[in-house]
Amino acid sequence: MFRPIQKFLFNRSSSRGLIAIIIFLLFWEVCSRSGVWFGIPVPWIGKVPAPTAVVHAWIPMLSDSGYWTSWLLSIKRVYIGFIFAMVIGIPFGLLLAINRTAYGLIFPTFEVFRPIPPLAWVPVAIIFWPTNEMSIAFVTFLGAFYTIVINVLGGAQAIDQRFFQAARSMGSSQGDVFKRIVFPAVVPSIAVGASVGMGITWNVVIAAEMISGGGSDGGGKGGGLGFFIWDSYLNNSYDLIVVGMISIGIAGYLSSGLIRIIGDHFTKWTRR
Amino acid sequence: MTNSPQTRGQISIKDVVKIYDPEGAAVMAVDHCSLEIAAGEICMIVGPSGCGKTTLLNAIAGFHSINGGSIEMDGQLLCGPGKPQATPGSDRIVVFQNGALFPWKNVIDNLMFGPLMSGKLPFNEIKEKALYMMADAGLSGTENSFPGELSSGVKRRVEIVRALMNDPSVLLLDEPYRALDSLSKSVMHEALLDIYAKNKVTIFFITHDLQEALFLGTKLAIMTTRPCKPKKILTVDIPYPRSYSVVTEKRFRDLMEETSHLVHEEAKKSFAAGEKEG
Repeated sequence: MFRPIQKFLFNRSSSRGLIAIIIFLLFWEVCSRSGVWFGIPVPWIGKVPAPTAVVHAWIPMLSDSGYWTSWLLSIKRVYIGFIFAMVIGIPFGLLLAINRTAYGLIFPTFEVFRPIPPLAWVPVAIIFWPTNEMSIAFVTFLGAFYTIVINVLGGAQAIDQRFFQAARSMGSSQGDVFKRIVFPAVVPSIAVGASVGMGITWNVVIAAEMISGGGSDGGGKGGGLGFFIWDSYLNNSYDLIVVGMISIGIAGYLSSGLIRIIGDHFTKWTRR
Repeated sequence: MTNSPQTRGQISIKDVVKIYDPEGAAVMAVDHCSLEIAAGEICMIVGPSGCGKTTLLNAIAGFHSINGGSIEMDGQLLCGPGKPQATPGSDRIVVFQNGALFPWKNVIDNLMFGPLMSGKLPFNEIKEKALYMMADAGLSGTENSFPGELSSGVKRRVEIVRALMNDPSVLLLDEPYRALDSLSKSVMHEALLDIYAKNKVTIFFITHDLQEALFLGTKLAIMTTRPCKPKKILTVDIPYPRSYSVVTEKRFRDLMEETSHLVHEEAKKSFAAGEKEG
């Protein structure tokens, strides 16, 4: 039972990582406890609450239903936007890749819209969509959509001509070529697009929650992790700001991990 | 299997012309090229890189159109007057220069791809046939490997077996062993001759390696540099089965001497014209 833990602790790279984190936490603790060193105020980190203070503020949060509502709300928003982006983005990217007419008609417009940051859509989204919740979902969707489309399109365009020729020689119809060549060849690009898109979705959802005031269920600690941070800032609870930030880090890490596991499952052949 | 392979795969190429026209600068790739290949022959096409050999192969396979002349197989018009481009089909399978095994399919699924597409046999029979042919080619045990896990020599063998799974009349090989070192090459050559002895399929084999051409071929066509047409066609009258020691025999060396200066001449012309690989 202790073997894996032992292995982890004595593995060179993981023990290095662990030591680095401990040193960082100690440094942070000392700096924020004594804001002035040798008469010089410690910049930035001297104003941040110490790790022990953060943990102290975090413990009551663990039994606070509002805090967990925020987790769930942010996760829900991320996944709604992300799943819509996948469901619409993958066929859309494939269409652009295989149909020259569609590419000619749509791609220029797409390229004009793509550089517009999702957050620039927040005001318009609030006006367009009936509920705040839908506005946030829409902006989140945009965050992942462009990345997924561009990856699918690039992946499909990069498929080697020889695969098509070989498939056609062996009697494949157009439909077979799409199903058995284009689609499997694009899966690794979908995986990359999904994992990058997931990261962007978290960036976007947090900012959207701050701007839109937590959404319809909002208010207090239960308006999503982004709003949780904003609310803590407005209430001068700096410890909770850091709690919110670390929570987002953990949530983002878990989501990316999940996407990576799913992606790896479907792209086994690329790592051999 | 359907009709005997020795009676299939006779190809006659008549006065084929191919002009590439990128941005208005017409480049003649193939110039009135004629070549007769009998059923069951191994016809080796030797010529400098970029001379237009692959263009000819693509015309037979149906990947590109031609601008003049005609290509027939077993008396059927593949391409010619009124039909500039042949229809790709499983009677003519290409083994590509860099390989085209589907990397997302494991070996057995790659082998089963063609027969599944044509749908002539039930799944179980296809699988049985694939396993049988793998065993025959010494590939047993690699069924579940992905192409990325195999050495390039094994990949080539799998690809040739994948081609044979379609019962083709002709195998079109485009410098399949180019990327291999000379030791693996000699092993692959013997393996190919072994497959040939068992299947007697017609082979159209492009190379720029004269020794490879003389070792494998029943017929040798030395092509001119672009525009491509036969400079000399000769029969390699060395009996099969050939083992690798053939290369040291007198007849082999005589043929080598007879042909090497012709190839060298074209290579120099090609070099002077600055042809790129292709």
